[in-house]
Amino acid sequence: MPENFPLDQLSRIVAALALVFLAAIISRWQKLDLEKDILTASVRAFIQLIAIGYALTLIFAIDNPPAILFLLTVMTLIAGYTSGKRGRGVPRSGRVALMSISFGAALTLGLLVALGVFQFSAQQIIPIAGMVIGNSMNVCSLVMGRVRDEVNGRAPEIEAALALGATGRQASHRYLRAALHAGMTPIVDSTKTVGLIQLPGAMTGMILAGASPLEAVQLQIIVMYMLIGAAAFTGLATVWLTYRQFFTANQQLALPSM
Amino acid sequence: MIIPRFQVQNLSLERNGRLVLRDVNMVVAAGEIVCLLGPSGSGKSSLLRCLNRLTEPPPGTIFLDGQDITTIDVLALRRRVGMVFQKPALFPGTVAENIAYGPQLDGRTLTSDEITELMALADLPPDYAQRPTSELSGGEAQRVSIARTLANHPDPLLLDEPTSALDPAARRHVRGTIEKLRQELGLTVIWVTHYMEEVLAVADWVYLLLDGRIADEGDPEHLLGPESHHKTAEFAAGYLE
Repeated sequence: MPENFPLDQLSRIVAALALVFLAAIISRWQKLDLEKDILTASVRAFIQLIAIGYALTLIFAIDNPPAILFLLTVMTLIAGYTSGKRGRGVPRSGRVALMSISFGAALTLGLLVALGVFQFSAQQIIPIAGMVIGNSMNVCSLVMGRVRDEVNGRAPEIEAALALGATGRQASHRYLRAALHAGMTPIVDSTKTVGLIQLPGAMTGMILAGASPLEAVQLQIIVMYMLIGAAAFTGLATVWLTYRQFFTANQQLALPSM
Repeated sequence: MIIPRFQVQNLSLERNGRLVLRDVNMVVAAGEIVCLLGPSGSGKSSLLRCLNRLTEPPPGTIFLDGQDITTIDVLALRRRVGMVFQKPALFPGTVAENIAYGPQLDGRTLTSDEITELMALADLPPDYAQRPTSELSGGEAQRVSIARTLANHPDPLLLDEPTSALDPAARRHVRGTIEKLRQELGLTVIWVTHYMEEVLAVADWVYLLLDGRIADEGDPEHLLGPESHHKTAEFAAGYLE
């Protein structure tokens, strides 16, 4: 193994495995039938994270823009695929998810770099992009599902509005607002309570790695602001792209069930 | 030659691989009340939805005052061809806000006098204007939805079983409202219903749909009279499904 790819924490990982085994024992004892899932999840986490650890080490070492962009593209594709799967009942949900997440993430990261908050270096952009894309993916899934439920549940009101001469957008406007609200609420709420209820991951990580708490909170503040922006951009794009899947060019409601 | 208000010519419609309308022909003269009868799933609602393009009909099959409706701007068409549904589907807010919705989409703000007038047409007392729609009974809600549709000054008016979710007293009241509208405004009405007393009371002409086809048509008294051997009479007696 090369010197700059060290795995010097293996003994600590093995020690932490004790917790996984205890969880599996509790599952067996309480007949939760989760022990297989717990063990599979733990093995998967080990393999996925070690692999990404090596991949990041490599990319940080290369640190050139095409490699960074390539990795960001892969991350976005996986997020789009995952979120698209959640959008069952939304026509072309995969495309909607990919476009919404790409838009939200690109705008957020682009602004962060343009405003000089972060440099376009692998070491800064990739971890930040992970948070932004992951958050955008959650917002996208939430909003897509909510738009689908609202349009299906409110079909009579929407058709009543269409019959009065409304466009699809006018007819569904008030329900789309509810969907965007639902998509943004979790991040707004966790921003309100940050530091009071939980210490978020980025901050905890920095403190554990030896940074001063004040250094850590400054980064965390930036992270929270950035996630609010990403949620708004992605949520808006998701609402905009999702509702259009339910209307024809002639302003007719087209539910898959109709 | 008098151009009919609505003319449907050889309309066939496929939905999800199934023919829901087969070669339908129908003529509705201005000022007429035409009732569409038929069992559930016979295509009555599909036909009605084609008339204001909530469902897209094939081009060259439906004409409004002689013009192919697929060549008319769809939003303008829907303002002109009003529709009342089985469920009132009112929007959250007050009665007045619901009534003002259609004109507002067209950039027009209704005065409170205009709203009161529309409410009177639909037999709603003027003090209902500021009531939240969530507080209305089924019959009241349906009359608000009629007033909301009338705010666009439509002619013709499409009615998709507007009384079937109501109790008998409310049903009679809503029916009375619609009869009054025809008398006062001379509206052309196409009415999907399955109540024979409504048909006999209001219809000038009746079409019976069976399995997407026009199976019978004529004057209601003739079709439903005691000596009738028409399919409509069989349907009314419960012999057709």
